[in-house]
This record gives sequence, C-alpha cells and structure tokens, in this order.
Amino acid sequence: MTVVLAAVAALLFGLGTYLLLQRKLSRIIIGLGLLTHGANVLLITAGRRGSPPIIGGDERAFADPLPQALALTAIVITFGVTSLLLALAYRSWQLTDDDEVQDDVADRAVARADVVHAEVEDQEQVIAREEQP
Amino acid sequence: MLTSLAVFALVGVGLVAFGSRLGRAAFVVAALPLAATAAWAGAQLPHVADGGTEAAHLDWVGALNLSLDLRLDALSVTMTLIVCVIGVAVCVYAAGYFEPDAPDLGRLAGLLVLFAGSMLGLVQADHLIVLYTCWELTSVTSFLLIGNRHAESRARAAALHALLVTGAGGLAMLGGFVVLGQAAGTYRLSEILANPPPHSTALTGALVLILLGAFTKSAQYPFHGWLPGAMAAPTPVSAYLHSATMVKAGVYLVARFAPAFATVGVWRPLVLTTGCVTFAVGGLRALRQHDLKLLLAFGTVSQLGLMVMCFGAGTEAATMAGFGLLVAHALYKATLFMVVGAVDEQTKTRDIRLLPVFDRRWRLIEWVSLAALVSMVGIPLTAGFVGKELAYEAFLHASFGWSDLVLGVAVVGSALTAAYGYRFHHGAFTGPRRERPDPTREARPDCPPAPTLVMALPAAVLAFAGIELGILPGVGDKITGTVLLAYGHGHGHVHLQAWHGLNQPLLLSVLALGGGAALIVADRRVQPVLARGGAVPSGGQVYLWSLRVLGVVSTRVTAFVQNGSLPIYAGVVLATAAIAPAVALVLGGGWAGLPPLADGAEVPVVIVLATAALGAAAVRTRFSAAVFLGVCGYAMAGLFVVSGAPDLALTQVAVETLSTVVFVLVLRRLPQRFERQSTIRRRVVRAAIAATVAVTVFVLALVAAGHRITPPVSQEMVARSVPDGHGRNVVNVILVDFRGFDTLGEITVLAVAAIGVVALARVGRRADVEPGTSGGTGSPSTGDPRPPAGGAPRVPRRLPFVEVSARVVFPIVLMASLWLLFAGHNRPGGGFVGGLLAGSAITVRYLAGGIDEVRDQSRFRPWTVLGVGLLVAALTALAPLAFGKSVLQVASGSVTVPVVGDVAVSSALLFDAGVYLAVIGMVLMVFEAFGEEPRAPRRPAPSTEPGPTSEAVS
Repeated sequence: MTVVLAAVAALLFGLGTYLLLQRKLSRIIIGLGLLTHGANVLLITAGRRGSPPIIGGDERAFADPLPQALALTAIVITFGVTSLLLALAYRSWQLTDDDEVQDDVADRAVARADVVHAEVEDQEQVIAREEQP
Repeated sequence: MLTSLAVFALVGVGLVAFGSRLGRAAFVVAALPLAATAAWAGAQLPHVADGGTEAAHLDWVGALNLSLDLRLDALSVTMTLIVCVIGVAVCVYAAGYFEPDAPDLGRLAGLLVLFAGSMLGLVQADHLIVLYTCWELTSVTSFLLIGNRHAESRARAAALHALLVTGAGGLAMLGGFVVLGQAAGTYRLSEILANPPPHSTALTGALVLILLGAFTKSAQYPFHGWLPGAMAAPTPVSAYLHSATMVKAGVYLVARFAPAFATVGVWRPLVLTTGCVTFAVGGLRALRQHDLKLLLAFGTVSQLGLMVMCFGAGTEAATMAGFGLLVAHALYKATLFMVVGAVDEQTKTRDIRLLPVFDRRWRLIEWVSLAALVSMVGIPLTAGFVGKELAYEAFLHASFGWSDLVLGVAVVGSALTAAYGYRFHHGAFTGPRRERPDPTREARPDCPPAPTLVMALPAAVLAFAGIELGILPGVGDKITGTVLLAYGHGHGHVHLQAWHGLNQPLLLSVLALGGGAALIVADRRVQPVLARGGAVPSGGQVYLWSLRVLGVVSTRVTAFVQNGSLPIYAGVVLATAAIAPAVALVLGGGWAGLPPLADGAEVPVVIVLATAALGAAAVRTRFSAAVFLGVCGYAMAGLFVVSGAPDLALTQVAVETLSTVVFVLVLRRLPQRFERQSTIRRRVVRAAIAATVAVTVFVLALVAAGHRITPPVSQEMVARSVPDGHGRNVVNVILVDFRGFDTLGEITVLAVAAIGVVALARVGRRADVEPGTSGGTGSPSTGDPRPPAGGAPRVPRRLPFVEVSARVVFPIVLMASLWLLFAGHNRPGGGFVGGLLAGSAITVRYLAGGIDEVRDQSRFRPWTVLGVGLLVAALTALAPLAFGKSVLQVASGSVTVPVVGDVAVSSALLFDAGVYLAVIGMVLMVFEAFGEEPRAPRRPAPSTEPGPTSEAVS
C-alpha cells in the first residue's frame, strides 16, 4: 500500500458513489464499475506486493496470492453484474424509451394512502354492532 | 405434576388431530385428564392446607438458567381445583350442548384441554419465564377457542381483539418479569416473593409492567373490550373462559404478588383505582344490555374489578375476601353461562326483549339460575355473600388511606350487581311471557322443550356447590388461612364465615341490596341516564383507536423508510457504510504512520486510472463514459502487472474487452446524452455522500496498511500448493482447490445472471415484431435462437476484409484460450481467463458477421454450454465423495502434451474446464440477449400481449 494507491482507491470510490446515486441506469452501471475498480485496488494492496506467486520463483518475494484470487473472482462477477444491469437498462429502454430508474409506484402509493387494514375494518363493524344497546 | 401437564398436552394434541370422528364423545375424553387432576389436587388438599407444598423441577436450558419449576401451594391448589372442577362440568355440559353432528368437535375439545393445561401450568409455575410461557399459551389457545367459528368474520375479529390485547399485555409483563428477575437475582417465584428485592425505580417499573399484563388478561378498564367480544365463542367455552380460566389468570397474578409488593408505592393506587373503575363501569354497562350473554360478560368485567380491588389491597381480610369472591364467582358465573347456553340453544335467542317464553318444564333451569344469582348478588347463606361481607369488613378496617372511598365504590358496585342480577332473572324467566320469540323467524312451538339433563346437571351441581360453600365455608377458611400464612400474614381474627352477626358489613349489604332494588324500581328513569354513559369511551373504542393510531404510524414509518426512491436507498446505505467504520476508526484506530508515498512503477498507471475515472464520471454522453470506463479497466490491468498479479491482468483485459462490446451493444439503443435533471441541492447531497465515502476509504486504507499483526494465511497456501494442489500457480490452485467452493458459487452466480440477462432482453421481443414484415420470427418464445427458416432478418452490411481476418483470428485465439486453460494450473492462466479469451474470439466473429455468425459457430445453444460447464464443475467437486474423500479433493497424474508442456491431468483441470465452459456460455448468452439488430421501431408495441394478428402470422 502506498499513499498514492490509497488516494486513487478513494477517488474511485468517491466517483463511483456519486454516479451510483443518479437515476440513469447507465450512469449507475458506470459508477458500479468504478466502485469495483476501487475495491480491487484495496484488495490487491491489502496483501504484500511482489513477484507473481508461481512456485519456482523466490517464495519470499511472492505477492500475496489470496487477495489476487479474491480480486479475480470479483472481476468476473462484476462482468456478470454489469451484464445484468445492462439488460435492465435495455428492458427499461424497451418499456419507456429511457433508462431512468423511476420511483417504486407501489411504495409511493403506500406513502400517500391512509392504509387501513381490512381486518381493522372488520373489527370496527363488529364493535359498532355490539355497542348498539 | 410435570406428568399431568404432559398428559394434557398429549390428550389435547391427540384430540385436535384425531378427535373429529369421536363426535361429542370427544368431550368425555377431554374430561378425563381434568377429572384425574382434580382428584389428585383433592388428595393433596389436606397436606397443602396444613402448609405443605409439592414441587417439581426439570432442567430446561441450563445455560440460560431456565428450568421447569412447578410448585403447588395453597393458592395453586385452589386454582387447580377450580380449573379442573369447572372444566369437568363444562365438558359434560358441552357433550349435551352441541348437536351430535356438529363439525370439528374433536378440535374444540382438544383446544379446551390444551387451554386447561396451559392454565394449570400458569397457576403452578414457580419460575417467571415458565409462568410467562403458560400465560401466552392461554392467550394463543383462547384465540383459537374464541375464533372457533372461523368462517364468521365476527368470531375472527373477536379472537384477534383478545389476542392483541392480552398478547400486548403479556409482552409488557415479560419485560416486567425480566426486570424483576434481574433485580431479585433469581427467577424463582417463591424465592422472589419470600425475599422481595428492595424498593427502587426499577422495581416500580417492573410492577407497573406486570400489572399491565394482569389488567389486560383480567379485562380491567380500559382493556376490557375483548371480553364481551369473546362471547363469539361457543357458550361452553365462554362459560370456562369467564369463570375458571383466562380472566382469572390476571387475578391470580395480582393475588400472587400482592402479599410481597402491596406496600410498594405504586401498587395500591394503581390496582385500587383500576379495580374500582372496572367494578363500577362494568356494572353500569351490564345494566344496559339486552343480550343475556353480554349482560353476563359485563357482569364478569365488573366482578373482576372487585376481585382485583380485594387482592390488590393486600391486607389480610381483603385477601381472604378476594379468595371467597374468586371461588364464588367461578361457581356462579359458569352456572349462569350454562343457563344462557341452554336458553339460547332452545329458543335461538338471548334477547330479553323477546324472552321469556318458558313454561313449567323449565322450572329446574330457572331454580338453578336463581341459585347462582343469589350467590352473585350476595344474599346470605351463599358463597358470594361470605366473600362480599368480608370485603366490606376489610375496607371498613383497612389501614391504608382513602379506603373509605374504596368501600363506597364496593357498596355502589354491589348495588349495581344486584340490579343487573334481577335484570337477568326477570328478563329470562319471570318477566311477562312473550308468545313468539321472534316474529321474523319461522313459527315454532309456543314453548321450546327444556334442555336435557346432561346440560342441566353440571349447572345444577355448580350452583349447589356455591350455596353449600356459603353455608359451610370451613374448608375454604382453612385453605385461605394457609394462603395467608404462606405470605407472612398471621392467621388471626378474620375468618370466612357464613354469618358474622349483626354488624356494619351486614348493614352495608342491606344498603347495597336496597340500592339495587331502588335501581330496579326506577329502571325507566335510570336507563336514559345510563345511556349518557355512552360518551365514556368503551373498551372497544379505546382498542379501535389504538389500532388506528398503530395503522397510521406504521403507514407513516413505511412511507418514510420505504419511499421507493433508489437514489435515497443507495445514499442511506452508502453513507452508513462510510460513517460507521469512520466512527470506529476515530474511536479505536491507532495510527501506525504513513506508508510510503508511491512506488515508482505504479505512478504512470495511476495517473491514467485517475484521469479515466474522472472522465467517466464527468462526460455527458453514454458512449464516452463507457469508453472511459474501459480505459480504467486497462489501467487496472497495468496496475495488476506491476503488483505481481499476471492472472489478474489477463482476466481484467479480457473482461474489459468483452464489457466494452456489451456496453456498446446496449448503449446503441439508448439516447446519446444524459440530460441534466437534478436540482443543485440534490447534487450537493450526492457530492457530500461521495466525499464522505472517499475520505473514509482513504483513511481506512492508510490505517489498515499499518495494522497487519499476523502472517497472512496465504503463506500456508503457498507451501501446500504443490504437494496438495498439484499446481504451481498458487492463484489458480486457490481458485480451483483451496477455495473451490467459492468458485463453484461464483459460476453459479454467473449462470443466474446470464439467465436473467437473456430473460430481460428477450421478454419484450415478440412485441417488437411488426406483423407482416417477415414470414415469421421462428419461435423465440420457445427458446430457439436460430433464425427462422423462412424469415429473412435484415442482413448486416458485411466487410469482406474484416470477415476474413475474423475467420483467421478466431481459431488462433481459441487455441490460445485452450492453452491458458491447460497451462493455468502451473503458469498464469486458468479457466476464467481461458473462457474470457474464448469469449473475445467469439466477439471478433460477432463484430464481423453479427449474431448469426455467432450462432453458426456453436452447434449447442448458449444455455447448454453454460449448463454443461456448471454441471461438470459441480460433479467434479462432488466426485471425490464417491471415493470416500472430501469434496473438491484433487486427484492427479501428470501427462506431457506437445507444445503445452507438462500438464497435470487432474480433477482440478476438469473443474477448471467446467469454469471455462460456463464463462463461454455466459458470453454466448450475452450476445444472444443483446446481439440482434434492433429491427423494431424505437417505440415498443403496447407492452401488453401481442395482438391476435401476430399470433396468427407466426
């Protein structure tokens, strides 16, 4: 780890976060990509850096192989995630001509409505009936 | 004792499960454990009445100091007898009450047994948590009993009402128990009561919570609303619920705790106020009812108030009075409910405006009812009178303040009791005889037949017992004395006696009866006054009001927390993820000094990376952003190279190439530019969150760098790579062997993502087809990706030069990918990289010839490739199991292959081949999803189903 690498990881995280908070799906995807790069920088610098960990070389100079394996997994997974998000953007384009993430309609409805549970209405009726002398 | 409870559980569950074919006989079976327990408790009576106790103990959860402790003392044995004797009577009555072919009798009988068992556990428990458990069990079983006619919304609502109120009280009580248990240092009830913890705020809070539980259970004002509603249950259940169980649990709790805690500041004001208000309100409401069952229900509420007053006062005489009232009430209330049940069954009405309709054959029931009523009203020579006399006596000579007020309420309440007692009897039996109960119903004989003896007998026995105890209260006196002794009261000058002579209490009794008579005479004038009482919120209204408030609050909270906006969710999550570790860092992190500023080789790479990242975030066209992101990726690959991670570099390059292509495939459909939409305020918030995250990451990275305290686990992996993993590339060995499960999980995720991609991209495809533009689209819905035989999708413009180069390059790249796969175990490479490189080869073909070119390359469909890959990897992982080895254990042999060199032909290679195939399948599927030329107009056809025309065409 060096200060420069820490700074670049922070930059990638910051920019990724900024893009992630947008409404356009394509910007979100770009943001996620940057975020992943930042995470990989952190991963790879968490271990010791050195020569490629292939048996036969000087084992004392080896880079730490475990973070590498983790980062490799992360890279491939990111490909899958990016593809899926792109498919979402594609679907969104099919439906709305755009890739904007809209607010959840059902959630907005809950926020607006004064939802009274059906069971409560049942109870109201029963109690009203019983209190008629 | 434990055995008896286990028997209750077994019989109850058995009846619920298999009792249906027994019909009414189920109630006979249900009566057996009750009768046996009653006999056992009766046998213990002499011993316990002399001050002895029975105890049982069974370890439950040792670590939590939880054990099943039961204890039978004088109070418990009395409650046990009440529960069992009334239970037997109710069972006999129920056998006569229900029609032989009534449905679900086994279930009802079983629930009744479970209910009784829970109640017995409750009164015998000597451990707070056991007591609480039984308490909630009675809530649950009573919920099921009240909601027995679950097809009626009325019964369901009443059951829910009871459950919510008593359940909420139970939870409060649990809190109180925990505080009390911690304060006392033990959860053993007998120990706590023998050595109560010193007075403190915690103790006061605990007692308030516990009393809240008792008040909800015993239907004290303002929680009493559920009890009148609970008459939705079948009458035998109501009889049991109102007399011996459920509501008595709260009274029992007050009786249990009062001797130890009555002197704690909060106790008497709270208990006596609640009891007084309940006693009065219940009586007033009972006076207004026309429904016999409701009248009794409010009568129960009222009497419970009186009992809470007596037990809660905690003085010797008051406790004894409460005791007398408890027994008397159990006897007469069960009887009265049985009477109402009989009337209801035979006449199909309980309305006193339509009753009475009886003749001489009903004389027995009438007498039984009268016998119970005199006990309720408190006429001399009944159990009720004995209790009430003593209550007056107790409050007359009480040593605490404003006991006169309590006495006044007791007298007024008793007057009300007398009045509604008369209302009951007059309304049901002695009033002017009505000709037809209900003109709207079908004609019925003038007088319905009297109920059978099976129904009349239990009621008669209980009523007789009430009278008998009134004349000879000796047994009760002895037991009560013991109860008092057990709690440190001297057994001195007060006794349960049939006749105390001419004294002040008797005068008060006469006063109360006179007041009752006056109320009856002035009934016409009293009713309008009572009607104004409707302004006082009833239990039901209080309950509904709380329910509505709960509903509104939960809606508000939901609307706030779950507002449906993705940016807000993401912002909250990210900000939390940034701030929480930052706080931990500030509080606990030591600063180990700055790491070196930079490492020479990485500086140029970092500059490219940072610039590209800034570009990706700043540009306002989609394509440029994607390209910048791609540059970032290649810069990352460079960083991996200088960090000694060739595998990562290879993978990153391959992924970046593929990603860029996929981006382009999708982005070509979307508008070119992002429009700026958000307000300044939002952008500032966004930037603030982003800056917070960045700072946290920066500091975290620097601090973490200086805090390695143990050698990395990977040292062992390096050491074991060749001997155990049979590979020299440690990273690859980790992937396919040491952490092979992760890899298996990962390709599964890839497969899921791929399926999602294809599904999302293809779901709207049929709507894209314009009827008539082609002969048909094949059948995309059946999953056939091949071009339709007759159709001619628009052929992309082809460039011969590109096409030829692609065909030349393709096999070479494919070979290279295979080499990476085979060599990967010992040199940089492996299944992921190989698969991705093969994917790049496919990309080249796609760029040259479009999706059809890709489809031609493979005889298998993309999902087949993906599935086979997954299957191979999974089977390889599991195969060692068949040879008695552990999952993913590597078997190996080495073969020398020309060109490639020394290849370890091991199961690890097979696993890696599965990974390779899965990755290729994933790439193929992505092309399948996005690769087709956009041929539909931009505006999709109505997102509903395609019209019948297109169906017909295809």
